[in-house]
Amino acid sequence: MTRRDWIHGWLLVLPAMAFLVLFTHLPAITTIWNSFFSTPRGRRPAMFVGLDNYERLLNDPIFWKVLTNNLWFALGTIPTSIALAIAMALFVNRRFMGRGFVRMAYFTPTVLPLIAVANIWLFFYTPGFGLIDQVIGLFGYGQTNLLGEPDTALAAIMVVTIWKEAGFFMIFYLAALQTIPPQLTEAARIEGANGWTIFRRITFPLLMPTTLFVSVNAVINSFRLVDHIFILTGGGPDNASSLLLFYIYETSFRFWDTAYGATLTVVMLALLCLLAIGQFFFFDRKVHYK
Amino acid sequence: MTHHGTETGRDIHLAKVSKHWDKTTALSDINITIPAGSFTALLGPSGCGKSTLLRIVAGLETASSGQVLIGGKDVTIAPADQRDLSMVFQSYALFPHLDVAENIIFGLKTRRVPRKERQDRLARVTALLGLEDYLSRKPAQLSGGQQQRVALGRAVIAERSVCLMDEPLSNLDAKLRQTMRTELRALQKELGFTMLYVTHDQVEAITMADQVVLMNEGRVEQVATPHDLYEKPATTFAARFIGTPPMNLFPAEELREAGVALERSAGRELTAGLRPEALHIAEDSPLHLAVTGIEYLGADALVHGRLGLAPLILRVPGQHPPTVGSKIPLAFAAQDLHLFDASTGKRVALPDVASSLSRVGLPAGSTGAPAPSLQTEDH
Repeated sequence: MTRRDWIHGWLLVLPAMAFLVLFTHLPAITTIWNSFFSTPRGRRPAMFVGLDNYERLLNDPIFWKVLTNNLWFALGTIPTSIALAIAMALFVNRRFMGRGFVRMAYFTPTVLPLIAVANIWLFFYTPGFGLIDQVIGLFGYGQTNLLGEPDTALAAIMVVTIWKEAGFFMIFYLAALQTIPPQLTEAARIEGANGWTIFRRITFPLLMPTTLFVSVNAVINSFRLVDHIFILTGGGPDNASSLLLFYIYETSFRFWDTAYGATLTVVMLALLCLLAIGQFFFFDRKVHYK
Repeated sequence: MTHHGTETGRDIHLAKVSKHWDKTTALSDINITIPAGSFTALLGPSGCGKSTLLRIVAGLETASSGQVLIGGKDVTIAPADQRDLSMVFQSYALFPHLDVAENIIFGLKTRRVPRKERQDRLARVTALLGLEDYLSRKPAQLSGGQQQRVALGRAVIAERSVCLMDEPLSNLDAKLRQTMRTELRALQKELGFTMLYVTHDQVEAITMADQVVLMNEGRVEQVATPHDLYEKPATTFAARFIGTPPMNLFPAEELREAGVALERSAGRELTAGLRPEALHIAEDSPLHLAVTGIEYLGADALVHGRLGLAPLILRVPGQHPPTVGSKIPLAFAAQDLHLFDASTGKRVALPDVASSLSRVGLPAGSTGAPAPSLQTEDH
C-alpha cells in the first residue's frame, strides 16, 4: 500500500518535474559547466580552461559598462513604475464614470505585443518628425535624437519600460486594494486621519506583500529586458543602452562565443538569486501577511 | 443660548434626515434628538436603515437631505475626521498590521498628542479594559472578545464626547455578550459620553439604553425609554418587536361584547394587544382559549391556542400547564390591554377601557406585567 502511494506521488509530480528539469535545471547546470570550457570552433573541440573565462570577464570593460547600465536601469525604472502603479491603482479603485475604460487603458501596454510597442515608441522618438520632436517643435525647440545620443539612449528606453510595467503592476495593486476592508479606512478617518495619513499608515503597509512580489518581479524583468533594446537602439550607441541580457545575447548568438556567454549568464543568475534572497530578507521584517 | 452638552457629552440632533440611493429610500424624514450623555439605542430589524443613520451621524455617508447637528453645531457636510467622535465597528476594523498598543493610540498619533501623554492614556485605558498583557500582540493573535476590547479601547482613549457603536457585540458568544453589556453600560456611565448604539437585539437595547429609537423600513416607529417601549408601544410594529414571545395582536371583536363596546367608543375598528404574560387563567370568563399546544420552558410554559379565530400565546407557571385540547377561561387587567387602530396600526388611547371590560363581565385579573422576561436571541 505505502509502496503504491510512493509511485503515485512521483507520477503526479513527473510532468511538472520533467519540464522543470528539461528547461530550467539542466540548462542551468550545463551553463555553469560550459563556463569552465573554451568555445568549440570548427575542428577544435571545447577545452577545459578553469577560471579563464571569469578572469576575462573581470577585465572586460563592456561587461562592467552593461552591468552599470543595468543598475541604473533598475534604479530608474523599478521605484518609478511601482509608485505609478500604486497611484493608478488607488485612482481606479475609486468609483467614477468610465472607470472600466481607464482600467483598460492602464492595462493596454501589457496586452500589446512587445514588438508593436517598441515600434510605436520608435516613431515617437524619431528625430525630426517623431511625436516628441513635433510637440517640442511647437515650442521652438530643435530636432532631438533621444535614442541616438549616448547620454539619453538609456533614459529613453527606461521611459518605455516604465510605461509598460506600471500598468502591469497596477493590476496586482488593484487586486490587493480590493482585499483591504473599507472599514479600516473608515475607522482611520473617524480617528482623525486624512487621506495621506491613511495611505502612509494603513493602505501602504497592507500593500507590502504585493510590493515585495512586484519588486522581485520588477528586478527580474529589468535584468531580462532584450526586446525593446533590440528594436529601439540595438544596444548602442557605444553600448550606452546595452543591458546584461542583451550583451549575453550578442556574445552568444551574434559573435558565437558561447563559453563566454555561459560565463556571463552564470554571473547574471548569481546576481538575480542574491537580489531575490536579499529582497525577501529585507522586506520580511516589514511585511505583514494576513 | 441653548445648552448642548455637559463637559463630557454632546447632544446629537437629526432634523428631517433622508437618504436615497437612486430609487431606493433608505431613510425618510428622521427627526430625533439624542440628549448629551445619554445611552441611546437604534433598534430595528435588518435593513431598517439604522446602520445608515449611524453612518450619517459619523460622517461616513452624507444625508440626501436634512441636517445633522452635534453639540449644536451643524456637521451635515463635515467629513468624518472633523466630527470629533469615536466609533466601534461591527467587524471591529482593527488595523491588522499594528499591534494592540498601536491600534489603541492610532487616533492620538494622528492628532499629534505628545508621546508622554499617549503612554499615560494608554496605560489607563488598558488597565480599564484588562488588556495589559496583550499590548504587543497583533489583532489576529487575539480572541474575539479581546479584539472587541481593543476596538473599545481605541474608541474611548481619546475621551471623545460622542461614541457610536454599530452592533459591537454581535460577533461574540452569548455568555460574553451578556458580560459585555454590563461593562459597556458601566463604561459609558463612568466616562459620561453620549452613546449612540445600533443593534437589532431588543435585549441589548432594553438592558442598556436610556432611550430607544425603534426603526422600521427607514422610518422612526417610536422614541421612548425601554420601559415605555414595553408598556406603551406606539404602533403594532413596536408591540410585536419588543418582548419574547411577542405581544398577541388580534381583532378586537375576538373580545366579544367588550371588543364591540371598545370599538363603538373609539369609533373605528381596533386591533387588541395582550402580552403572553398579561393573560391569566380565570375561574370563569366569557373568553375561552382552545389550547392547541404547550411549549414547556422550565420555570414557565407557553400555551398556544385560539381565541375565536385568532391565534394566541399565554404564559403560565411551568408546574401545571393545561392539557392540549382543553378550553381555558381567560382574564387580564384592563391596563394590560393595548389598543391600536386596525388600519394605521397606531396606538389608540381610550379613557374608559376598565369600565367597558367590567360592564360585559370580564373578570379583572391582576396585572400581568412582571419584569419582562426577555430571552436573548441566539444567532
